[in-house]
Amino acid sequence: MPAANAIGQRRLWVVWLTLMSGLVAWLAYSMLESDNKQIFMPGPLTGGHHQIGVACSACHTDPLGGGEVLQQACIDCHGADRKKPFDSHPRSKFKDPRNADRLENIDALVCITCHVEHRPEMTAANGVSQPQDFCFYCHADVGKDRPSHRGMAFNTCNNAGCHNFHNNRALYTDFLIKHLHEPEVLDKPRLPAREFAGMLDEIADYPADRYPVKQLVAEDADAPGVAHLEASGFRDWLETAHARSGVNCSACHVSPGDAGDKRAWNDHPDHRACAVCHDLEVKRFERGKHGMRLAVGLPPMTPAQARLPMKADAGHKQLECNTCHVAHRFDIHQAAVDACLGCHNDKHSLAYKQSAHFQLWKKEVAGEGEPGSGVSCASCHMPRVNFDVSDWMSRVMVEHNQNATLSPNEKMIRPACLHCHGLGFTLDALADRHLVDNNFQGRPTTHVTSMEMAEADEKRAEEETEGLEQN
Amino acid sequence: MQHLRKGFIALGVAVSIAGLATAIADTDAMNKPTISPKAMADALHLVMDSDRTIYTRTIVNRLVKKDKVIKASEHFEDDKALALPAQMFRFGAELVAKRSEDLPDVNFSYSLQSLWPVNKQNAPKTDVEKAGLKFIAENKGKNYYAEEKLGGTTYFTAIYPDVGVAPVCVSCHNGHKDSPKRDFKLGDVMGGVVIRIPLEG
Repeated sequence: MPAANAIGQRRLWVVWLTLMSGLVAWLAYSMLESDNKQIFMPGPLTGGHHQIGVACSACHTDPLGGGEVLQQACIDCHGADRKKPFDSHPRSKFKDPRNADRLENIDALVCITCHVEHRPEMTAANGVSQPQDFCFYCHADVGKDRPSHRGMAFNTCNNAGCHNFHNNRALYTDFLIKHLHEPEVLDKPRLPAREFAGMLDEIADYPADRYPVKQLVAEDADAPGVAHLEASGFRDWLETAHARSGVNCSACHVSPGDAGDKRAWNDHPDHRACAVCHDLEVKRFERGKHGMRLAVGLPPMTPAQARLPMKADAGHKQLECNTCHVAHRFDIHQAAVDACLGCHNDKHSLAYKQSAHFQLWKKEVAGEGEPGSGVSCASCHMPRVNFDVSDWMSRVMVEHNQNATLSPNEKMIRPACLHCHGLGFTLDALADRHLVDNNFQGRPTTHVTSMEMAEADEKRAEEETEGLEQN
Repeated sequence: MQHLRKGFIALGVAVSIAGLATAIADTDAMNKPTISPKAMADALHLVMDSDRTIYTRTIVNRLVKKDKVIKASEHFEDDKALALPAQMFRFGAELVAKRSEDLPDVNFSYSLQSLWPVNKQNAPKTDVEKAGLKFIAENKGKNYYAEEKLGGTTYFTAIYPDVGVAPVCVSCHNGHKDSPKRDFKLGDVMGGVVIRIPLEG
């Protein structure tokens, strides 16, 4: 019997070892070779990354890499947004040996100190996973230098957009003072105009050699079998900016590398075709929630995958450039309102058509209001900004990363609200949750005291200066 | 003839060996530490100070005070104005910190500090900074050199007086609402440039 037991035990060992080897082999294959790595997902992703949750390698670029791999992944996508408009807590500040003691309190050299992923239970809506008192590690004695800040609670630093770790200068005191006592609506409220057409000479990659800027007519169309083209599509092209600017059919329907090869015709060009001329717009689109799946090689985002309320009948739409900018008309009016409302189904979106902003928009579209006087969804969520194309030049373009001005909503103040409204009114309106929900129908019922604080600070400084002069 | 050819080959080999030896010796000399931390800090400061003096004199002071065609402003982007000399200096320090991360042999940092800083983050923080800024303010024309240990590393720290050389320096600090001292005069020590070089890990 003992011999039989020993044989039985050996068999169990063999079975166990075989199963374990198989498990290890499967896990190793999943990690190193398979496209599906969901088995390793330690927890749900934040709202900022859930769309690309199946593309683990977008962040975990090396399955065996450590924190430095993750840090580089953060920088690859968000690095440029940290540089502009202004990073008040750059890495270089903390690399300075004089701040070595501060690094011991909070490791500000790496993103995951404050932005931990896969931990929804400790992550706030703005993607920050640090406890709310992180400002106090270094700025506990702010009241000494700023009497107006004495007695403020530790979790109020970022209220009303006053302080943002990465851009502390958005609402600095002198800026508030410059905008003191402004009316609710400015004398001539106007949004900036786009300037793409006027900047073509300065866009280095623009294919002006193949498609020189000139008015094209019907006979110029270089599509094969152009006579069979859907009549409305052909007319749309002829009547709009592309034909006016020399952009022939092949500019979009044949990729640059295949120019001259008629077999390379593509009936349904995607965002890569648009990027030949509108590279910056496409890159920014790929940074936002609409296009980030495309940026990591996944199929386009669909409203069905969104966490925000979306219209049930829009769930199948695939978000490409043409989803909002319908070919061949590329109507910016359609893209700026109708495209958004075709999917978004939250309170704020549903209330838009009852708002004063929409009334102004209708007038502009009807030709009754001046250019730039109407306010569409895009006016605030994809505003026209003076974007730094490089270190050496900038141009006014539509910010196609809709996240850039979304959270916190005070990021919208400079690129959108201040073109038409006074700063004090803007701060109050954006802080009023109810007013945001009903798309700004009515007046703010909250009041942000930043303007008064800045005014008091200015007065204090003037009194001190007068005292010095008298002495 | 045969001898002559052999002679040329021998000469060629000898010249090649000598050339190689010289090249190796040159490489060694290039990497040999022959400059003291103090001399290096002095040299760095000379470059920094000269660049900033030129910016202050030929750009800011000329265009703002003499030609009166543009303002200089702390909020230069919003105000469409010139960056202040102190900002130009600080942005340079931040760019050096960023670029030197990719250069393992280049290891130093610098900052502009003051006992009367407009931005409180630029007040002296370490004991050496506090002692040094006090020393250069009380001993006009003298520099301050010391060693200090920060975050487990020993540094050679040099502190150089920063003198208000142009009227724009003095008027801006005296008129700034966040300035703790508003009675600076031309030629006063307004702060100090702090340069740090690590001595050991």
